[in-house]
Amino acid sequence: MSEQEILLSVKDLKIEGRSDETWNPIINGASFDLRKGEVLGMIGESGAGKSTVGLASMGFTRDGCRISGGSVVFDGIDLVTADAATKRSLLGKRIAYVAQSAAASFNPAHRIIDQHTEAPTQHGVYSKSESEEDAMDLYNRLRLPNPEEIGFRYPHQVSGGQLQRAMTAMAMSCRPDLIIFDEPTTALDVTTQIEVLASIRDIVEQFNTAAIYITHDLAVVAQMADRIKVLLRGDEVEESETRSMLSNPKEEYTKSLWAVRSFQRDLKAPVAINSTPVVSVQNVSAAYGKVPVLHDISFDIHPGRTVAVVGESGSGKSTAARCITGLLPPTKGVIQFDGENLPLDYRQRNRGQLRQAQMIYQMADTALNPRKKIGEIIGRPVEFYMGLKGAEKRKRVEQLLEQIELEPSQYIDRLPSELSGGQKQRVGIARSLAAEPKFIICDEVTSALDQLVAEGILRLLADLQDTLGLSYMFITHDLATVKSIADEVVVMKEGKVIEQGPKVEMFQPPHHPYTDLLLSSVPEMDPDWLTNLLDERGVDNIGDAASAKI
Amino acid sequence: MNSVLGIILQRLGLGLLTLLVVSVLIFASVNALPGDFAEAILGQGATPEAVASIREDLGLNKNPFSRYFSWLGGVLTGDFGTSFAQANMSSFAGSDTGKGGIESVAAQIAPRFKNTLFLAGVAAAIAIPLALTLGILAALYRNSVYDRAVNVTTLSAISSPEFFLAYILILFLAFLNPILPSLSNIYDGMAFSERLQKTLLPALTLTLAVTAQLMRMTRAAIINLLASPYIEMARLKGISPMRVIVRHALPNALAPIINVVALNLAYLITGVVVIEVVFVYPGIGQLFVDSVKIRDIPVVQACCLLFAAAYILLNLIADIMSILSNPRLRHPK
Amino acid sequence: MFPLEPTFFNIVVTLIGYGLALAGAGFLFRLVGRKVTNNKPYFRDMPGGVAIGFAIGAFAIAWVVYTYIQAQLAEGPAANKYFFFLVAVHGIIIFAVAAYIFRFLGRLIGTEGTKKAFRQMPVTAAFGIMIIVLYAIVSIFAGVIAPYGQEEIVGNANVVPGGDPAMGGDPAYLLGTDQIGRDILSRLIYGAQNTVGIAFVTTCLAFLIGTTFGFLAAVKGGWMDQICSRTVDALMAIPQLIFALLLMTIATAWAGTNNVLVMVYMVIIIAVLDSTRVFRLSRAVGINIVVMDYIEAAKLRGETLPYLIFKEILPNAYAPLLAEFGLRFCFVFLTIASLSFLGIGIKPPLADWGTMVRDLSGFLNYAQFLPLNAALPLMAAGAIALLTVGVNFLVDWMLHRSSGLKE
Repeated sequence: MSEQEILLSVKDLKIEGRSDETWNPIINGASFDLRKGEVLGMIGESGAGKSTVGLASMGFTRDGCRISGGSVVFDGIDLVTADAATKRSLLGKRIAYVAQSAAASFNPAHRIIDQHTEAPTQHGVYSKSESEEDAMDLYNRLRLPNPEEIGFRYPHQVSGGQLQRAMTAMAMSCRPDLIIFDEPTTALDVTTQIEVLASIRDIVEQFNTAAIYITHDLAVVAQMADRIKVLLRGDEVEESETRSMLSNPKEEYTKSLWAVRSFQRDLKAPVAINSTPVVSVQNVSAAYGKVPVLHDISFDIHPGRTVAVVGESGSGKSTAARCITGLLPPTKGVIQFDGENLPLDYRQRNRGQLRQAQMIYQMADTALNPRKKIGEIIGRPVEFYMGLKGAEKRKRVEQLLEQIELEPSQYIDRLPSELSGGQKQRVGIARSLAAEPKFIICDEVTSALDQLVAEGILRLLADLQDTLGLSYMFITHDLATVKSIADEVVVMKEGKVIEQGPKVEMFQPPHHPYTDLLLSSVPEMDPDWLTNLLDERGVDNIGDAASAKI
Repeated sequence: MNSVLGIILQRLGLGLLTLLVVSVLIFASVNALPGDFAEAILGQGATPEAVASIREDLGLNKNPFSRYFSWLGGVLTGDFGTSFAQANMSSFAGSDTGKGGIESVAAQIAPRFKNTLFLAGVAAAIAIPLALTLGILAALYRNSVYDRAVNVTTLSAISSPEFFLAYILILFLAFLNPILPSLSNIYDGMAFSERLQKTLLPALTLTLAVTAQLMRMTRAAIINLLASPYIEMARLKGISPMRVIVRHALPNALAPIINVVALNLAYLITGVVVIEVVFVYPGIGQLFVDSVKIRDIPVVQACCLLFAAAYILLNLIADIMSILSNPRLRHPK
Repeated sequence: MFPLEPTFFNIVVTLIGYGLALAGAGFLFRLVGRKVTNNKPYFRDMPGGVAIGFAIGAFAIAWVVYTYIQAQLAEGPAANKYFFFLVAVHGIIIFAVAAYIFRFLGRLIGTEGTKKAFRQMPVTAAFGIMIIVLYAIVSIFAGVIAPYGQEEIVGNANVVPGGDPAMGGDPAYLLGTDQIGRDILSRLIYGAQNTVGIAFVTTCLAFLIGTTFGFLAAVKGGWMDQICSRTVDALMAIPQLIFALLLMTIATAWAGTNNVLVMVYMVIIIAVLDSTRVFRLSRAVGINIVVMDYIEAAKLRGETLPYLIFKEILPNAYAPLLAEFGLRFCFVFLTIASLSFLGIGIKPPLADWGTMVRDLSGFLNYAQFLPLNAALPLMAAGAIALLTVGVNFLVDWMLHRSSGLKE
């Protein structure tokens, strides 16, 4: 592969963005080469400028950005200085793009196939009918159901995972030399992600297309890329072959990224048989209006334990939390706290009952009132539940800030907007601790955070559990998080509990087929994971796509 | 297609209901007048006999409900009743309060309504293409010098009262440079070109006010649209800028643009009132203001209902057009 | 501008001619640009439309400069023709310079917060603040600034403005007197107090009603929301000015000859009608805030409704509400001005700009001979426009800034 000629050469690329009428640097000099047929994985945390670099590799910048230096040479043409017509003749034809959200990137006014054939007909590569036939062939290769027919639908009539594959097909429509994949699976559920990953990898291999694969997910990039490049806040950290990068990262930052996956709590002894659960959900059903969303679910949460509730979006795991807090009173069933029935509607619960169950939210941005100082946010429950005022209140707030490892004198008078995402999430934790509860619901608390920061939050929650004896209900779709922190696991699908039990048992087969599917679909760091998985599931035979089941 | 039809029928029903509520509102507010119509017509010093006779005539002795329904029934058959002013004049002239020689409200309104429609039509014919062109250009070259200049100009035009714009136009186009007449004395049987010339100045004033608003809304709608990922996708496919606009932006821009246009036509309705007074244009707006001043209730009621009906109709059209142009609704799953 | 007789046909032909000439000039400009800069991307990728745009801009500037020179050279009756053009040009220049100076001073004086705001704002927004401050001063101190009382009949009727006795003016009445001998300058100044004051009170009332019900509807939802929203829908189904005129008919009937009562009714009517829009906005803003997790957290803590509205929601709604206040004020101000222009609402002898425009509008006929007289109705109308333009400029910046922060 290394003997092949270089297709794309990016040298010292600098990009600036405009804010407040001045230009500030976003990317301070990125350089890389891409050979024909090679896949480069570009990884970094949110805000590292991955997408900006990806688009700039096509000679394109979004509004409010500009390339301020360097060169992007594609097959001998510098895209930075090329005129608009030259760039247009390359885009779509020789360089194609696959966006993060297929639903938003397809024009809602036209059928999928008409958008597919647009680039080939406009660039004069194929005629309309040739391109349509080719589209069906590509849909077939990408294992889309009804490849003959699916293209004639409108984008909103097709599911997200299928649309993502249709967009990959569209990128392939002119058989380009290079495709930029910009987080193509981030918006998808894990079980859908597998399908899309597999089809993308196969089709790129088949046509020997070079690709830049942008993602924040290490495990995903390990499956897709030949080489990996790590970016941090507009700066390049390191670049090397996938396997050597995984086994032997050189820079501190890269090592810290890799290390995240290592956090693992000690196993706890099984729950005593007669122990009274802190929270007991018994035969609960619930509905939004007339639409039923939960069907007869039951599970217990015991003192000092963490129960992870897992499932894909729409499985009803957040609804279960809303039932427990009383925001959505169940239509049937009982919610017990320490063995006593709770009123189903939160408005009928007394202050003591409300205090005992607290909640930490996914988006720390919307969970903290942006107009209140940190001291006020944490101080309010202290005052409201504990009746502390003045100096006593401040002392307690400082104590809480210390518990979440934020220096009180420095943070007490700040506004949430002056804090980083991880710090905000810590303040959210402190606010729930201020009520001195027994039980905390953690709703996807780490999924909006970068991995390193998420790791810190998980450790903090584990420490707090050990020192304060808290019980957690941990709602998440991320099984890596489950592995590291849960004691028990509840698997949900379509508003039902599919399976539940201690973590050790849940991660060992045999299981309910859906649990197996869900657990096995979570990407792992091993670069051979996808290949092995597909072998196991028996859908790796690309040429015989008709037999593949979706 | 069934779901679209359902939604449209639902909107139509809603529009009718709104109109009904509006008619109740108008009728009820007029009934909140002190005293009653008869006294209002004849003024102070009327003999009790005269008052009683008019009361009988107008059916004021009946209860409000039956009066409302008979009024509504009249409206539906095009009978808006009799103007007080006309009734008054005839009673002063010594004739009896019968209908002989008195123009009905409907007969009074009809020609003026036509005039108003003509004025609004001319204004719309200039304003809509102009505003759409300027608005789309401003969206395409946003943050340019052109965009900023247009922003300041339109904002100033929107902020100014209509009579200010009217007098400035009169000043420059009628008095300092005598190009157009400053008064719009329009009558039946006028030649079209002359009618157009006399309508042009009020129409230009309306155009100025509406164009500014319409242009700003068009600009906002288009900018919103151009920021959508599918436009970026189209550009990344190497499609020519012209084709991006025509094929990818325009089909999706129709709904917001139609909406914006209909909303601004609805605005035209309010705008005509002041402008007709400034230019002494014999339209329904001027009649309305005159009737308000002399408290000629049947005319006020009729004009008000007419304005409201036009307003509701335009909003309804905006609503239905945007439903029709939404692919998600046109092609249900 | 028109070498030919200014008939309709000639104007159209001339305009087409100008259009073709401008298009040619635009393409020539681009061609020359490409040659001179050796095909720099700026000229190379310039669309034809932009090139023509440059030509149009250049032509417009050239026309203004040419007319300005003509105006300076003109004498006698011919100069009268250019009077309004000169006023407009000088007015724009003076206000622009004043706004720049005002912004410069704002950056030097005041707290850190205001200094920072002045550093970020465009000159249009600074212009807006300057105008608002100016109007506030004039309306508060109208009694001190105005040379005479607003209802005072000070001298002869119809004294010509300009203060030149030779022309029929009087230096004691700089802008002359009206048809019954009241000083017009004083009435203009008092107009600020009356017109702006009444509009301000009305807007405040509209906000009180609109925000109260809007937030209640947002937080309570359910039947409360349904009742409020449907009522507002019904009220908004009739165009506002038309509805206001209808209700004013009834109000004047009730008030009879009591002019103060007419004004009170007008304030209430316009406030109620305008509160519908405030309701819509505050409900929308409220609903956006209510779905936030921090509101859910407060609800689950067991907080009361007043705490939720005043401590959690309102602090986050200030920015959009403030911008809306500016827009509503403009709207109310224009509605009141239109009403009094139509002869309804504010009654004499109170000085009011809308009424003054109507009463003085006859002077416009003298534009060719007595430009200063003709300017009188425009001064009153311009006084209205200036304030609304200023407020709108400021609001535009505020909205732009808040939307910019969200992106």
